[in-house]
Amino acid sequence: MSDGFYNARLRRGDMAPTEKLFQLSWSLLFWVCCIFAFGFAMLYSAGGGSLQPWAGPQLVKFIVGVGVVLVVAMVDIRILLQYAYVFYGLVLILLVVVDVKGIIGMGAQRWIDLGVITLQPSELMKPALIMALARYFQGVGIEDIGRPINLLVPVIMTLVPVALIIKEPDLGTALLVLMSAAGVLFMAGVRMWKFALVIAVGLGAIPVIWPFLHDYQQNRVLTFLNPERDPLGDGYHILQSKIALGSGGLFGKGFMDGTQSRLNFLPEKQTDFIFTMLAEELGMVGALGLLALYVIVLIYGYSIAFRCRHQFGRLVAMGLTTGFFLFFFINIAMVMGLLPVVGVTLPFISYGGTSLLTLMLCVGILMNVHVHRDIQISMRGGIDF
Amino acid sequence: MIATRDSDWTKMFNRRAAILGGAQAVMVATLVGRMYYLQVLQAERYRTLADENRINIQLLPPPRGRILDRFGQPLAANKQQFQVMVIPEQAPKIGQTLEILSQLIDVPDHERERILKEVRRKRSFVPVTIKQNLTWEEMARIQVNAPDLPGIVVDEGLTRYYPLAGGASHLLGYVAAVDEADLTGDPLLQLPGFKIGKLGVEKIYDMQLRGKGGTSEVEVNAVGRAIRELERHEGEPGADVTLTIDERLQRYAAERLEDESASVNVMDIYTGEMLVMVSNPSYDPHVFARGATPAEWKALQTDSHAPMINKSIAGRYPPGSTFKCVVALAALEHGVAGPEATVNCPGFTTFGGRRWYCWAFNQPTRAHGNINMVQAIAQSCDCYFYEMARRLGVDRVALVAKKLGLGDITGVGLPNEQKGLMPTEAWKKAATGEPWQPGENLNIGIGQGQVTVTPIQLAQLAARFANGGLAVKPTLIKKAAGAEAPQLESLGFSPQNMAVVHEGMFEVINGARGTARTFAKLKFTDPERKGWTMSGKSGSVQTHRITKAERDAGVKKQEELPWEERDHALFIAYAPTEQPRYAMSVVVEHGAHGSDTASPIARDIMMKVLEYDPSRKPRVEEDVVAAAPAMTGGGAIAPTSTAPAPAAPVKPAGGDGHE
Repeated sequence: MSDGFYNARLRRGDMAPTEKLFQLSWSLLFWVCCIFAFGFAMLYSAGGGSLQPWAGPQLVKFIVGVGVVLVVAMVDIRILLQYAYVFYGLVLILLVVVDVKGIIGMGAQRWIDLGVITLQPSELMKPALIMALARYFQGVGIEDIGRPINLLVPVIMTLVPVALIIKEPDLGTALLVLMSAAGVLFMAGVRMWKFALVIAVGLGAIPVIWPFLHDYQQNRVLTFLNPERDPLGDGYHILQSKIALGSGGLFGKGFMDGTQSRLNFLPEKQTDFIFTMLAEELGMVGALGLLALYVIVLIYGYSIAFRCRHQFGRLVAMGLTTGFFLFFFINIAMVMGLLPVVGVTLPFISYGGTSLLTLMLCVGILMNVHVHRDIQISMRGGIDF
Repeated sequence: MIATRDSDWTKMFNRRAAILGGAQAVMVATLVGRMYYLQVLQAERYRTLADENRINIQLLPPPRGRILDRFGQPLAANKQQFQVMVIPEQAPKIGQTLEILSQLIDVPDHERERILKEVRRKRSFVPVTIKQNLTWEEMARIQVNAPDLPGIVVDEGLTRYYPLAGGASHLLGYVAAVDEADLTGDPLLQLPGFKIGKLGVEKIYDMQLRGKGGTSEVEVNAVGRAIRELERHEGEPGADVTLTIDERLQRYAAERLEDESASVNVMDIYTGEMLVMVSNPSYDPHVFARGATPAEWKALQTDSHAPMINKSIAGRYPPGSTFKCVVALAALEHGVAGPEATVNCPGFTTFGGRRWYCWAFNQPTRAHGNINMVQAIAQSCDCYFYEMARRLGVDRVALVAKKLGLGDITGVGLPNEQKGLMPTEAWKKAATGEPWQPGENLNIGIGQGQVTVTPIQLAQLAARFANGGLAVKPTLIKKAAGAEAPQLESLGFSPQNMAVVHEGMFEVINGARGTARTFAKLKFTDPERKGWTMSGKSGSVQTHRITKAERDAGVKKQEELPWEERDHALFIAYAPTEQPRYAMSVVVEHGAHGSDTASPIARDIMMKVLEYDPSRKPRVEEDVVAAAPAMTGGGAIAPTSTAPAPAAPVKPAGGDGHE
């Protein structure tokens, strides 16, 4: 069995399921499981040394998620390509539905109750948009990208869902979606100066947008700029988070012994502020350990992107990797007081079903790209069996 | 293989991936740097902050020591009670919370202002007392509505309880909430609802009664609920204070005075121990422990009978005829008259161009006639003492009076004790610039004019006569059992002279013409005490000058005068005459004649004193009123003394114990 044999087989794209199983990046799945193990331990601790209410249900979701990874990884990538727009369109419709429901319900609406599972379309939008953009840029050369008219469609494809998500309102997810999309555009070859222009316009727009932001969003930004502004109000969370982190020190207060989290000084310890709890109980050593695991997954993402031979796969892999990076970076930077509190969870660690399943979906897609790295895809995205 | 026409794109992709990767590496490095800053460089600071977050140091108030009577009966103790408090930091809308609470229990507006003021003054986690002494019903209503009352907690605590209520309030004083002026840095004073002694024994012995606060380090969660105790330092409970008072006699005397505006003091003539100190009318000390309302304050302050003033030590009265004992002794000591020399009393004395009347002038007999010293004391002849005072002059009277303790505080140990006034010629010159007028001597002779005394001075005076001239001083604090009785100094009076005054005082009550013969005789029938007598001296003091017109129109009877214009009635006494042990003073403000109003009170109380004989006999068990079970006190440090009083020096036989 030589490499050539496999490469040829892989190129043909008609691998048997057993062969695909063999091709799966089991080591990536292993690292993801390692990260989840961290999360499971933290949820167990947050629950006061109990599987309820968080650790147990989250484990069930993770096991389901592993199934999702395996299934998604083995689907033919050309089907993903073919249905990228359809998937995007469906998620977009769900987003509209959520917004409409929110208007009717007179409050923030982020999810749809499907009976079995509650779905957060904004989460699903991350992979959907990345795939749709990658689909769009599949086979587009550098020269074509240079033409502004060709950028109109992807910009619209990005801004419409972002606007819908902001309206929910879910600033954190909107930012993640927007920046992941920007990552795809960047990797697709959009000129640097165009990004510079957009950033400049965006900064210029802040005074215009500011009055339209919700009070709590404005407060969060103001509080970020000056956490002591209101130590018992909005600044409270970030102050308590820093106290928890700092008091953890190098080696932490010990598993399940974090006073800040145990005594509820730490808000949202099972979701947004779970990293703080980890750093408090396991110290800088534990926090660095988790960060290292994230970086390992990141490196896998990069290497999958590099080894992929088609534009679609590369863009998807880079888009997902960038999104993943932003995901944990924003959360950790937020709880350490480097960024405003925007309500972004910590990937694989925070409690929450949709977020975890979406992440597993992304891992599945990433592994799919890995499995189908040598598949031939025609210039315009047609299926080339 | 990617086609060659894609190679430009691949190059671009690789380059940009490197840029992105580099950027991400920098950002991850930032995270690590921040982590290092927070968790290593600033770790100590945040550790402290985390501990401040989670550890609350709470003060444990020590139970206040009890105040006991000479036999260990509680005069002031602690009783369990429920109080409602608010913890400001847990009540974000405190005004609204109080509003809801005031619909459940009565919270007057002025209380609400006080609460809000305290909330502003204290740190937000320090609970502020809203109302104390809740009834069960009130407590239940609060508990049921607890979800609507964030920050409201019901606490079980101790409250001060005075078994005699108003019966000893002047003596004991009261405890009340700490004023800003009271803050001394003792953290206990910051505790919500902490009470300190504000008057009387409660105030003087406050530090001893207060004890020392303990601390409890409690781990609390974010909403301030205590999770567990980390460390506890027990404080010291307040020590008990044992007084010389006899609770039974104090209670009896207070009841005996009924509505009179009066003072009664009884003391042991050898030890100086005060057995009774009553000032009437009184106030309910519990009112202050719970916090007096402005209306209650006003009522207490404006009452004409001055319930807030301890008349025993702060009431100043002309001694009236009780002073004649002093003048008689001075006359004998200075040799201006012998015991048998007589003075003629035609009903008045003419001096300085005007008439000085004797009280006999208004009686059917109109005069006392020729009268010697013993008779003059017994019948309280004014003319006799005008003459003695004229012969002596004020300064020689003052010499004796001051030896007997007038004109200076007794040092019984209560705040605001008054000195009274024993004038001298030099004093008048200094005080008014005017020279002493010879006529003033006559006024002094009958205990009127400038001379004033306090009831406790009168009791001390009576005791010094009774013990034959020993410098006894009143005291309130019981010495530990076994302590030596103080050696009393002699005042240096001749026993023969003392005996003359004793005889006069005996005749006042027991003589055929004594002024107090009607009401003051002891009426013992039991074999042990049958035949015991009391000696004393009555006095009545004009508070209103009788004008010529009034005298011409016929002097009105005291009963016809308005209360404020009636004479003060005074009585000093000691008993048993045969072997004296107890001395007393009774002052009834505007009580008309001392012999009519004050002497029966004196007799009744003295009989009770002799019946119990607290200086010599232990309290009989049947008399011991079981202390209320809920009452608790301080620790066992205090020298409780249910033992019999120290043996007093027995007066030598012969009747005049001059040493």
